[in-house]
Amino acid sequence: MHEPLASAERLSARLRRWWDSDIAWSYRHSPVAIAASAVALILVLAAVFAPWVAPHNPFDASTLNLMEGFSPPGEPSPVTGRVFLFGTDNQGRDVASAILYGSRVSLTVGFASVAFSVALGVMLGLVSGYLGGRLDGLIMRIADIQLSFPAILIALLVFGVARGLIEPAYHEQAAIGVLIVAIGLSHWAQYARTVRGSTLVERNKDYVLAARVMGRSSFAIMRQHVLPNVIGPVLVIATINLALAIIEEATLSFLGVGVPPTQPSLGTLIRVGQQFLFSGEWWILFYPALALILLALSINLIGDWLRDALNPKLR
Amino acid sequence: MIAYILRSLAQAIVVMLAVALIAFAMFRFVGDPIATMVGQEASVAERGEIAERLGLNDPVVVQFGRFVLGIARGEFGMSYRQGRPVAELLAERLPATVELAVLSSAMALALGVALGIYAAINRRGILANAAMALSLIGVSLPTFLIGIGLIYLFAVELRWLPSFGRGEVVKFGWWSTGLLTDSGRKSLIMPALTLGFYQLTLIMRLVRAEMLEALRSDYVKFARARGIPERSIRFRHALRNTMIPVTTIAGLQLGSVVAFAIVTESVFQWPGLGALFVQAVQFVDIPVMAAYLMFVALVFVTVNLAVDLLYFVLDPRLRGNGPAFAR
Repeated sequence: MHEPLASAERLSARLRRWWDSDIAWSYRHSPVAIAASAVALILVLAAVFAPWVAPHNPFDASTLNLMEGFSPPGEPSPVTGRVFLFGTDNQGRDVASAILYGSRVSLTVGFASVAFSVALGVMLGLVSGYLGGRLDGLIMRIADIQLSFPAILIALLVFGVARGLIEPAYHEQAAIGVLIVAIGLSHWAQYARTVRGSTLVERNKDYVLAARVMGRSSFAIMRQHVLPNVIGPVLVIATINLALAIIEEATLSFLGVGVPPTQPSLGTLIRVGQQFLFSGEWWILFYPALALILLALSINLIGDWLRDALNPKLR
Repeated sequence: MIAYILRSLAQAIVVMLAVALIAFAMFRFVGDPIATMVGQEASVAERGEIAERLGLNDPVVVQFGRFVLGIARGEFGMSYRQGRPVAELLAERLPATVELAVLSSAMALALGVALGIYAAINRRGILANAAMALSLIGVSLPTFLIGIGLIYLFAVELRWLPSFGRGEVVKFGWWSTGLLTDSGRKSLIMPALTLGFYQLTLIMRLVRAEMLEALRSDYVKFARARGIPERSIRFRHALRNTMIPVTTIAGLQLGSVVAFAIVTESVFQWPGLGALFVQAVQFVDIPVMAAYLMFVALVFVTVNLAVDLLYFVLDPRLRGNGPAFAR
């Protein structure tokens, strides 16, 4: 009888505590963060629910009508009289739907590659900082060398090498996976460095010494004791890197080395749209570009806010 | 000082060797070097003979040594796709990239420092705030979209500038330059703007921040108390000290110039090294990819060395036998 009431009370207490926390306060008082997260949320939700939100599936050839090609945005098509919010491309594909489906690919690659580089970087950083010694030296030298090279160059290189290793017949299927690994590998070093730095500090604290006295293995100490205490800054970098990863994916796809044309991302749509710039069909390029900018900018602004909100020096 | 230079040099050599190892691994282990030379039909005996001739049966360390010696002599092998020596392809493409990178960097540095100083001195001015707002856009816009935007404005709408290529070039031996012809100069404007924009915004923000900090420091207050003219304080005291971090960042940014050159050259179909590299990635042309990687590493190492040496010119504290050099 008292059970549900007690848990509801606990929940409301927890909610209140969360509402009164520093970070929630900082969020409530930052109009930029609120606006940016609203825009990002709308874009992400629209992408996730694209099959239900989009007017039609742009990659189902049976729903396309070539006669409706090049319909300008917001005006009825001269042939069928249908109205397309953002116009259509040369094949009569609705640009708005293509953007919704395209941002799914962009977001998938973005999130997955950030997750990959966080996992790799945090692991190497923990090992490097906690165990130290030669392994530490080796990992950090590799990170140094890699950090001095631009991410896009590394991603292109990994992409090219991976294509050399994979049979040509599987290129198209593997493209998204290869892209995730390529972008992920180009960003791990930053996480490794940050985590190593904080691990070096945590390593000598009493709780770690206590765990060692109790005879816990190095692996268990790293995972259960050190990791939760060093993960904070990683989340901030990850947020900012999510925007970078999305732009990197778009750049690679724009260069024609990203996702295959059968699964276009925002970058691919921009690449396609560029062909029609000279003939006056600006909307095929403009709306995907706008979507990309809004997505990257809003995530960037959230990252900026998070960095400042979590920085004790600025409180 | 000499010990310091030697240490930087040793570090540079280690980095170059590490990159060479990666390039070598790409050559040796990605794809089948024999199959790319003779095709799939070659008999086992033929393959064995070629492997022997290419030295593929030697220990890997010997092969790596030979690879490094080859690179030192400028031999990068043959392009799989174009069937020409990679060194020849690089030499052909190099002038276009160098011209573009040098011009855009010079523009970014000159404009960036000037705008940064202006924004720091007139902190609340309208123009300073406008420049800061514009720089925020510059940091968050992808390079290729800036390029496309410029093409739309100046090539499609206004029809002032060509949208692709390098225009007419004049040859001096193996070097070609577009600076001497009208179409060459016109073609250079938009790529240089695109490439330099990110750097420009970065340098401007950095100069502004450093300058603001320097103007608040004790030595500037003291200089004011001594009655030194404001102009002299700004340029001889404050600016001098802001130039140290600016040199570092601007030097290290040369890396991002290389990166954005890949994108910029592809947007404007500029016949440089970056566009060559993107094509090589598309067609898995390993020798070209490896050679480009070595080229970029060489640029980085050289720039880092140059930046290290520039510190000595800019920071008198380093010239003595002072404490260890903090970077």
